[in-house]
Amino acid sequence: MSIQHHISDTLLLDYASGNLSEGWSLAVATHLALCPTCRRRLDAMEGAAGALLDKIVADHPVSGSDWEKMRARIACEPASGVTQRKPEVARAQKAAVPTGVIPEPLRSYLGGDVASLKWRALGRGAFQIRIDTGDPATQVRLLKIPAGKPVPEHTHEGRELTLVLAGSFTDGDDLFARGDLEEADGDLLHTPTATEGEDCICLAVTEAPLKFTSWIVRLIQPILKI
Amino acid sequence: MSLTVSILAPTCHNDQKASARSRSTVKHGARMKRTDKTQSETELSPAQFAVLLAKVGQERDVDAFETIFRHYGPRVRSFMAMKTRDTQMAEELMQETMMAVWNKATQFDPARGNASAWIFTIARNLRIDAFRRKRPVFDENDPAFVRDDVAPADLELEGRQDAELLRKAMETLPAEQLDVLKRAFFDEASHSAIAEDLGLPLGTVKSRIRLAFDKLRTTLEGKR
Repeated sequence: MSIQHHISDTLLLDYASGNLSEGWSLAVATHLALCPTCRRRLDAMEGAAGALLDKIVADHPVSGSDWEKMRARIACEPASGVTQRKPEVARAQKAAVPTGVIPEPLRSYLGGDVASLKWRALGRGAFQIRIDTGDPATQVRLLKIPAGKPVPEHTHEGRELTLVLAGSFTDGDDLFARGDLEEADGDLLHTPTATEGEDCICLAVTEAPLKFTSWIVRLIQPILKI
Repeated sequence: MSLTVSILAPTCHNDQKASARSRSTVKHGARMKRTDKTQSETELSPAQFAVLLAKVGQERDVDAFETIFRHYGPRVRSFMAMKTRDTQMAEELMQETMMAVWNKATQFDPARGNASAWIFTIARNLRIDAFRRKRPVFDENDPAFVRDDVAPADLELEGRQDAELLRKAMETLPAEQLDVLKRAFFDEASHSAIAEDLGLPLGTVKSRIRLAFDKLRTTLEGKR
């Protein structure tokens, strides 16, 4: 089944411009690994950025000495750069059928695919894995929701990204299956529920809630005003 | 908008002639260069930059790299200065970017690639690194990666056409939409920061972004 729920233009622009922090970017990049349509949209955005770069009015042109300096630097580089082009390697593998449930970059963050994961019970049959990133502004978790059950602990403020990796869930009239990305904001009251028949595994990225931070952070928060 | 190009180009030619004379090595490259030169009296097209970048990758062509450096160096420097607000840092990041262009040019696929987009992504990634931030990316060689089922031949045709089409489509965007895209790409401004700067509701900024990309998409899809 093809992906029905894609990255919004505004979120994809943030990713294309390098303006999206690590936690959100992890969900976007993992969706991109599963979605050729959004990769083409990303290409178009980067193409637009390139066209804008062409049009930048430069403060001052490159001087003769700038070029001499650069030429000296490239002359020092080892000539090992001339190797087979990467795209050809990628094309040779084109026929390969995708294997594995969790694609990169998420798999590296988890340290392995589903079979090797160490889940922690979240109550009511649900499980989670907290994923560490260097991004203090987000909370990133992998959730496993039992078939037919609602997503637990579902109170959040601000933006939330949910990417389905296995099974599916419904939210109102919408069905979200593998590769589908749900973008919700704090104003939206929603009750995602795993579909009958298969447990749903999804990546959930939310704005870091203060209540989840450690007591040390809570202690120093007023001092640092974070 | 791009006044500097016409000013830059003649300087660029003279220097190239001089450097081509001083180095009698890359003969085949020099012949190709003449064709480029006649056409670059005004401005090189995206397709011509793709050819130059491919020559850097495949033949380590220093003349081709010089043309790229003289065109993109100042632009990358300005791009870096917009975010860093630091001339020295912008200069260093420009040097790093152009070194990476030289070193990674082997990975550039001239059939599918868009030279300015490719250089933008290198500059963007170095800027992210400079601020010690992380931007996770997908891996095309990952077994779980889902490939595009469009035939490679079609993609090649697309790649060649897209750069030129995009450039033309960008020229038709309303100034207010272009302005929002510039702020997002160059200042690395968040949508809410853009809205604040412009004194507009966030929804207006978001709708300008959507309208701009709708237009670009329509242009790209309309060509087939």
